[in-house]
Amino acid sequence: MAAVPAIEVDNLQRAFSDDVLAVAGVDLEVAAGEIYAFLGPNGAGKTTTVRMLTTLLRPTGGTARVAGHDVVTEAAAVRSSIGVALQEAALDPLMTGAELIRLQATLHGLERSEGRRRSEALLERVGLTKAAQRRVGTYSGGMKRRLDLASALVHEPQVLFLDEPTTGLDPVSRKSIWEEVVKLNDEGTTVFLTTQYLEEADQLADRVGIISAGLIVAEGTPTSLKAEVGKPRLELVLAEGEPTDCIAVLKHFGQRLPGKDGKLVIEVESGAAAIAPVVIALDEAGIAVESLELVEPTLDDVFVDKTGQHLEGAADGGPDEEPGDPEHELVQDHA
Amino acid sequence: MVTALGRRSVLQTFRRPQLVAPLLIFPTLLLAIQSAGAGRAVDLPGFPPVESFFAFLLAAAMIQSALFGGNAAGIALAVDIEMGFTDRLLAAPIPRFAIVAGRLAGTAVLGSMTAVWFLIIGVIFGVTIVEGVAGALLIIALVTLSALAFGSLGAALALRTGSASVVQGTFPLAFVILFLSTAFFPQDLLVEPARTIAEFNPLSYIVDAVREPVISSLTFSDLLKGLAGIALVATCGVTLSARALERRIRVG
Repeated sequence: MAAVPAIEVDNLQRAFSDDVLAVAGVDLEVAAGEIYAFLGPNGAGKTTTVRMLTTLLRPTGGTARVAGHDVVTEAAAVRSSIGVALQEAALDPLMTGAELIRLQATLHGLERSEGRRRSEALLERVGLTKAAQRRVGTYSGGMKRRLDLASALVHEPQVLFLDEPTTGLDPVSRKSIWEEVVKLNDEGTTVFLTTQYLEEADQLADRVGIISAGLIVAEGTPTSLKAEVGKPRLELVLAEGEPTDCIAVLKHFGQRLPGKDGKLVIEVESGAAAIAPVVIALDEAGIAVESLELVEPTLDDVFVDKTGQHLEGAADGGPDEEPGDPEHELVQDHA
Repeated sequence: MVTALGRRSVLQTFRRPQLVAPLLIFPTLLLAIQSAGAGRAVDLPGFPPVESFFAFLLAAAMIQSALFGGNAAGIALAVDIEMGFTDRLLAAPIPRFAIVAGRLAGTAVLGSMTAVWFLIIGVIFGVTIVEGVAGALLIIALVTLSALAFGSLGAALALRTGSASVVQGTFPLAFVILFLSTAFFPQDLLVEPARTIAEFNPLSYIVDAVREPVISSLTFSDLLKGLAGIALVATCGVTLSARALERRIRVG
């Protein structure tokens, strides 16, 4: 018998009172043990979809099953099976980290001693043991996200929902969250995450669903999605001389494409593996190269291909940095 | 789990000084100012026989505190909604009513604490509780139930609006409702239309039920009227809370 998918969504819709269709008919299936990234700009319908899948919002159309349970008719069973870390870490600033995670354990029906044991283990896992007795209001953004993540794990959920888990975090904190997500997935937890960062989806996800205006416009592995919109390209700038000889050498490695600013561009199917042979061939032909760059299609290219628009923040692929974030000292604690 | 949420609610109140002030400081100050400034009101014809105006006002201070506690519960719940903490609770496998019940449990505990606070103040300033220890326990129970009832109204408003500032904006209304009851003066000494309004104001019956064990012997009729007043407020609050919670989940 085939394994039950962790998430099954069929024509899921959500309309709001002003007739805005925030989610216009989403279909997707996430296998158990997978990391699935929902990639899209602000307002695309990512959070609304997550809120429906986590039973926080009732769909106005379609069906969704999470961990084998219907999100409308078996909402309580869904809530027992999932962990949720929402977009803005919903933490009470007046509680301490330890109090918050123990409360979460109680809400999930754990015995007091078991709740305490798991809380301590999870606080240690996310590097917050030393800060556990401090009020959450004194935590940095990264610490809050890690606490939020830990509290979502206290009942060892089958499926973990992370809504924009690294938005607004500095690169170090972001990397720390990514490492934890990968570790959790290695331990068998299915992860459904939403993000507006290309790099996050690319680095973490087994499969990516690109959502725009409430509809999934593309879905697949990051590699397959990128392959759909083009092959990797080598872009060369000659140090000196006419390009004729160089073109003659390059034609053996791939089809020539139009280039800007005096660049010679060829399509290389094998990607990075083509670099060494090209360099050797150019060297043997006595051609001096000023620069050589491998340019691969990005998920933004996929987004542009499917929607005609760039994804917000695609230029840097990641969130803004927060210099001076006291988080850094806690990362050392974590280490 | 209601206990855990109630505990959080109590801790939250004591960690946020602006929530403690309406519960203890304002009613205590008002009690001190009014009893000192209008102490001779007890000499007015028609004023019931009472040890002192301070003794008469003790119940008003307790119910005032319970009323403000209900408003504070609403503010705290609205803050939870605004910062997304309610979503954390809604995503947990707990009955939805537990979110409101937990908040109200905390409000009830705070209500009983304020009742004890005012009883101690009363005793320190020479008030004799006519009904003795049993009367004091009854007062604590009535104030606790009143806090629960007023808290349910605060919760309903918070769930309906999701805005702490809107709930906070109703704070002056608590004063109006209180002054249009028998909290500060006997009904016979009120002028129209306050007198008629006080007659239909459930708060009058609640305050009277809390006051009677302090100033005279409590009759079954007074107790029943007080409990009916609490039940009326609680029924409205719980019904409106349930509807607002259902709407919040449906509409998002």
